[in-house]
Amino acid sequence: MRTISDGLVTSLAILATLVVIAPLVAIFIYLLYMGTSSLNLAFFTQIPKPVGESGGGMANAILGSGILLCVASVIGVPIGIGGGIFLAEFGRGSKLAFAIRFTADVLNGVPSIVMGLAAYALIVAPKIPFLPFTGHFSAFSGGVALGFMMIPTVCRTTEEMLLMVPHAVREAALGLGVPNWRSVLSITVKTASPGIITGCMLAFARVAGETAPLIFTALGNQFWSTNLNQPIAALPLQIYVYALSPYDDWHRLAWAGSLVLIVLIVLAVSLVRFVTSRGVLKGAS
Amino acid sequence: MGVGIEVINLNAWYGTNHTLQDINLNIPANHATALIGPSGCGKSTFVRCINRMHETNPIGRVTGTVRIGDLDIYKDAKPVQIRRRVGMVFQRPNPFPTMSIYDNVAAGLKLNGYSNRRALDEIVERSLKNSALWDEVKDDLKKKSGASLSGGQQQRLCIARALAVDPEVLLMDEPASALDPVSTSKIEDLIFQLKSQYTIVIVTHNMQQAARVAEKTGFFLNGRMVEFDSTHKIFTNPSDKRTEDYITGRFG
Repeated sequence: MRTISDGLVTSLAILATLVVIAPLVAIFIYLLYMGTSSLNLAFFTQIPKPVGESGGGMANAILGSGILLCVASVIGVPIGIGGGIFLAEFGRGSKLAFAIRFTADVLNGVPSIVMGLAAYALIVAPKIPFLPFTGHFSAFSGGVALGFMMIPTVCRTTEEMLLMVPHAVREAALGLGVPNWRSVLSITVKTASPGIITGCMLAFARVAGETAPLIFTALGNQFWSTNLNQPIAALPLQIYVYALSPYDDWHRLAWAGSLVLIVLIVLAVSLVRFVTSRGVLKGAS
Repeated sequence: MGVGIEVINLNAWYGTNHTLQDINLNIPANHATALIGPSGCGKSTFVRCINRMHETNPIGRVTGTVRIGDLDIYKDAKPVQIRRRVGMVFQRPNPFPTMSIYDNVAAGLKLNGYSNRRALDEIVERSLKNSALWDEVKDDLKKKSGASLSGGQQQRLCIARALAVDPEVLLMDEPASALDPVSTSKIEDLIFQLKSQYTIVIVTHNMQQAARVAEKTGFFLNGRMVEFDSTHKIFTNPSDKRTEDYITGRFG
């Protein structure tokens, strides 16, 4: 009887694992199947060709996505981590902490198209005095929209990871006569850093594929641009435009773009993991 | 060198729970003093009042006077200053998990802004030698994490970490209760050596341990100090009936 139930539970667990993995593998295989045929050097080096000419690539969109994600991370990661530190270490139990936690949770549930509209209404449509890049479509506004989408995820994961640091570790630091703020920054945050980095990577991967917030902000661009003050191309935007077009050639490019987007996200996440894990000592997990 | 500790009318609360009531005692310099008593009698709270750790608990409250040497710690100093003069070793070894052995020992100094490398190297070596861990770890000081050591080694690492900031008093809250007998005897040997340089206060559940390492012993019961005397007297001829009952194993 015991062997039967043991086997049953084990096979259920294996089944569940398969159900989790299967869609991911299926998507990836299908993308490889549809996308690789259009992947060539030109895809990574050329900008889109005008309608009617075949060939061309998405080099400007790859670069544009990179720039947008850099702006987004510069905004989203520090604010998110700072908020998480406040929630877990300084504001515990306060009304302000409750308000921040509630806001972050609501913000996390706001549809991405609404984030794009909000960014449009706040910094794209009006020209804000003394604030550069505002008053028109720009790479900056796209980065801001994505950055604000990162904040709630980064903030709440940071909080949860910090709360998982054992009380004994905090006491050890306090017992050495280390001031509280110093102990939080150098000990608690450092101890929780693997989890915090995972949270940042999750937020990063999530916004990397976002299209909706960029429609009203970064707008898209058929040409090379690295200017934060100008509209900029982005992979998800380009995929969206090409997939909806009536041309077979563009459809194939859209598939290739999707494949590249996923591979780039996986590469970026792995790279950050690799770089940050080298500093952490063995046995310290 | 160690300094004496004078405690006058110390009271402490957790919320509405009056955990320490009118404690008065003098802990002699450069000796080991053991505090014994059943669980929940307030002995841990007592040592946490000596380095002002009790007040880090949001519901903890303290009144009374504690003098370390000439310093009235609740009047004349900030908590962080006190904690640099009064080191603490906790019940469970708590090395900083992301730091190497070296960084664990140097943590107290580094985090207080001390950065002279050569001096740090010396202090780390001296502290690890003082805690009898140097020979076991000297080859992988910066390679291994503090968390990769065994439990007993971790506790000696925590002692080295406390010694590195050069305290005058060392508080030990059941330092060996989570360790095996071999590690325990190493910690006890260590206490024996360290008390020539530091004033040591050790909380313990193990009465043989108190008898082995301490010159003075205090018996706590229900938040009060019942008796404080030389260890020999406490264990052979206690003045209070309750002390005798506890020592002989009639309760607790």
